[in-house]
Amino acid sequence: MDGQALALSLQLAVGTALVLLPLAVLAGRALAWRRFAGKPALEAILALPLVLPPTVLGYYLLVSFAPTSALGALYQSVFGSTLAFSFEGLLAASVIANIPFAVQPAQRGFESIATEVREAAWLCGMSPWRAFLRVELPLAWPGLLTALVLTFAHTLGEFGVVLMVGGNIPGETRTAAIAIYDRAQALDERAAGVMAATLLALSFVAIAIVYWLDRARRPHG
Amino acid sequence: MASAGLHVALRQAAPIPLDARFECGPGELLALVGPSGSGKTTILRAIAGLVRPRSGEVRCNGATWMDGRAFTPPQARHVGLVFQHYALFPHMTASGNVEAALPVALARSARAEAARELLEFVHLGGLGDRRPRELSGGQQQRVALARALARDPQVLLLDEPFSAVDQVTRRRLQHELAQMRQRLRIPIVLVTHDLEEAAALADRMVVLHRGATLQSGPPLEVLARPRDALVARLVDFRNLYHGEVVAHDPAAGTTRLRWGRYELEASHQPAYAAGARICWGIQPAHCVLHRRDRPSRGERENPVSGVVGEYLPFGENAAVTLWVDGRPGVELRFSVPTHVAARNGLAQGVEARVSLLREALHFMPYAPLERPQGAPEEAVVDPARAAG
Repeated sequence: MDGQALALSLQLAVGTALVLLPLAVLAGRALAWRRFAGKPALEAILALPLVLPPTVLGYYLLVSFAPTSALGALYQSVFGSTLAFSFEGLLAASVIANIPFAVQPAQRGFESIATEVREAAWLCGMSPWRAFLRVELPLAWPGLLTALVLTFAHTLGEFGVVLMVGGNIPGETRTAAIAIYDRAQALDERAAGVMAATLLALSFVAIAIVYWLDRARRPHG
Repeated sequence: MASAGLHVALRQAAPIPLDARFECGPGELLALVGPSGSGKTTILRAIAGLVRPRSGEVRCNGATWMDGRAFTPPQARHVGLVFQHYALFPHMTASGNVEAALPVALARSARAEAARELLEFVHLGGLGDRRPRELSGGQQQRVALARALARDPQVLLLDEPFSAVDQVTRRRLQHELAQMRQRLRIPIVLVTHDLEEAAALADRMVVLHRGATLQSGPPLEVLARPRDALVARLVDFRNLYHGEVVAHDPAAGTTRLRWGRYELEASHQPAYAAGARICWGIQPAHCVLHRRDRPSRGERENPVSGVVGEYLPFGENAAVTLWVDGRPGVELRFSVPTHVAARNGLAQGVEARVSLLREALHFMPYAPLERPQGAPEEAVVDPARAAG
């Protein structure tokens, strides 16, 4: 079993979930309660990674990460290394590919808070920040935890985007999913099998947590 | 201009039309009544600062909360609002809900003590550790009230606070509010669509229709003397008709009113000129049934006869619709105790006579009626022949 690849996968999954959490809170809260022009269009763009073939998303990310592109050039001039085929590039791609998995559960979480409950917080004299910490966050928490777990699990299993943007560099961009593909190609069935079973177990536990959270959210579920 | 109490004047054309103006003094309980969609809740939300009408002003104890330029956000208004469905924080205990509205500067132990006292004030002592879902509807309402009072509000707003509980609980909560308000020296605004509730609890009642305040005054006064036919309809004034002023007799203190074949005597109403067409009405309670067993002198007061078109026993009282011409068209509604109805053999199709009490005949300016009734015709249809 490729322990290095599994460790990289876990690192990527945790990193992606942590980077996306604040974004999911901000975007999910705004989408739940604000009304503005172009909201359906924005929601569609944020949901796009759900339906795009990972290779298509990966292709566009690869092109925009290349040193010849504006973004890639900027990154290289600031950090002195290329974004493509690096762990940082992988993390950036993974964050973008996972936006819907983080934002949508967060949005559902904030939507579950009744308008009157938020208004009651204001009438209790709570500042917006205090109302957020004491009322909104605890009530939206199951949705946010679902967002974290789904993002984590989905990142563990991501293949197409990772392959397009990161390639297969051991210790840098070779994740567990890539390693399984690599071992299967090399007819190393035993190594591929152990890795696959490990990912299966991790994914099952993660999804089971999501369903358990969903049950806990409903008082009589 | 510093003045005690709450002053409200709101005006906007859209999205919800408003043209409301009223005041509520310290210790006064004001009821906003009107049908659904009349803007009651919107006005309450505007007082709390949860909506900002296009123009108008809200002032409380001399402080301007809203006018053409200024707008104080709800956090800074010191308003206690009990929402219709309470809007308790579901993840906090009853104490936690009350503490959430106490000043942040207060020490932890002082907050706990203040919350305990407030919960005792609303008769919830000992239930502070329960979460909202472990409390009954009436108990949740009390937590919401304690939380509203925890801010030491300058005005207390109640949005149909008794609508979501069963009737026994409602009676008890209404009774408690009546007791409690004697200890609250702040304006209290109660939104309700229940006229009886308004009459029982409020010092003053404001009738709303499409966001506009039509009439305000002591509840019994508004209910008995609606300003016009529209208010009369909104306060459930059941007997409304057109008529014509015949003549005034200031010496006798009377005004005579023509209603089809009847000429009725009312108390002196000089505001309406002789010959003027008017709307008039009488409440069911002031139509007195003539008893067969016990004729009285009062029967000479505006006697009206007809056939019982509908007889509906309804608890202790029976609702009676009298067809004044012996057939549908001109209907007079009144109620009598069920045992009186039984003793007088009141039933559908039976002939009956009532007196319309002179003092209770209420005149209003002429206006088209929603359900126009004719006037009693000259030629009376004989009920026996009509039936045969």
